[in-house]
Amino acid sequence: MNFMGYRRRNGSVGTRNHVLVFPTVICASSVADMISRAVPGTVSVTHPHGCGHLGKEKEHIIKTMAGFCSHPNVAGVLLVGLGCELITPELIAGEIAKTGQRFEILSIQAEGGTNATVEKGKVLAAGLLEEAAAAGREPVDISELIIGTNCGGSDTLSGLTANPAVGVAADILVTEGGTVLLTETPEMIGAEDALGRRVADEGIEKRIREITSATEALAKRAGVDIRTSEPSPGNKEGGLTTLEEKSLGAVLKGGTSTVRQVVDYAEKPAEKGLIIMDGPAHDAVSNTGMIASGAQVIVFTTGRGTPLGAPIAPVIKVSSNSGIYRRMKDNIDINAGDILDGEASIKTIGERIFGEIIEVASGKLTKAEMLGHNEFAIHSLGLSV
Amino acid sequence: MSLSALVLHKNDNVATAVRPLESGDSIDVEVADCAVKIVLLQSIPFGHKFALRDIGRGERIIKYGETIGQATASIKKGEHVHLHNVEGLRGRGDRP
Repeated sequence: MNFMGYRRRNGSVGTRNHVLVFPTVICASSVADMISRAVPGTVSVTHPHGCGHLGKEKEHIIKTMAGFCSHPNVAGVLLVGLGCELITPELIAGEIAKTGQRFEILSIQAEGGTNATVEKGKVLAAGLLEEAAAAGREPVDISELIIGTNCGGSDTLSGLTANPAVGVAADILVTEGGTVLLTETPEMIGAEDALGRRVADEGIEKRIREITSATEALAKRAGVDIRTSEPSPGNKEGGLTTLEEKSLGAVLKGGTSTVRQVVDYAEKPAEKGLIIMDGPAHDAVSNTGMIASGAQVIVFTTGRGTPLGAPIAPVIKVSSNSGIYRRMKDNIDINAGDILDGEASIKTIGERIFGEIIEVASGKLTKAEMLGHNEFAIHSLGLSV
Repeated sequence: MSLSALVLHKNDNVATAVRPLESGDSIDVEVADCAVKIVLLQSIPFGHKFALRDIGRGERIIKYGETIGQATASIKKGEHVHLHNVEGLRGRGDRP
């Protein structure tokens, strides 16, 4: 099965053809934003990182930024820095050059201030846009597709309608040779047995238990015992009885196929099929990590409703109930609430989601893209001073 | 027609109400493509679970085809299944 994608020089495939203006440090965020606003068709992000990171955190931030900037959904990137930061444009350029990514570099101190940098940035960004316009879509095998799965603003029905339906779509994609990322490690606590029974080898099961144990230990250091705090009082009122029940409802998004690999946040999988990415259960942070890991499309379930998008990848939102679909129709792409209305089965909605993934991968805009939602956040390991 | 309750796996011994259900209601649920009728012994709030068959004390509660906890009391078919008669093996929000 094929979708229509952008084949890049290094062989990777994009579902979008963005020109990204990326600040490598917070000090360059406003300038990057000014350049992007002045050159319609480009996209920019803001973030609080780039300086003060220690050891492992520095490597982690570089890996995430490099994964994002070299993503096949990005035709070219303008890296903007200040000049005295820890993570310079040159440093990120060195990383993304290994992938053959097209880039330009600017530093505010070297250019002589905001106005001079913006003026030069406008010219560079326009040049990248012109080059990007030469790229065209071509039929690409679906095995090149990586989707990220996520949920946020979940409700009582998320684990009954939207998550299992996304799981059906995930299983179809894996059967067709594609790749599915499942993340949100805190929501795997209690689901280790279920996940551990369908792994490619024993090392993966061990790794799943390691990442959930590490997350529990992290919470304990913050004074929280997840086993006594989850499910939350609101969850229990909504009908969730145990931690296992909550987590099992969350991991359904990844489907039921064999877990092929466990990767770190923003790490690129070496395998195809179902992949677990260790990461937090924070919507925009999870999306950013999965995109940096290579996801070209995100599928996001919600019960309470969320407008979330991402700067360089389409985010398909699936509602768990018809009420929120009607109230937030400008934000939701597919309604799994039809299952409760007796109008469709989980399988039917899952097939509908799969069809939408192929169409969106081939260029159909999501609601979040139409509205310009560009939420971006990098996971912090808490090792910055 | 709107559904009353959902069962996600053929091995499940509980169903989840997807609208508020009253004690005495006779509920049609679909378990692995087979229609099953359950008479509720208690009212079941939206999102809460009820037993699809009698469950003995200490028996596993199965949802999604997986264990979500164990019964701390015997539970009759059609009874509410929640914190008062289930404990998690990994935690249930108020105690480990």
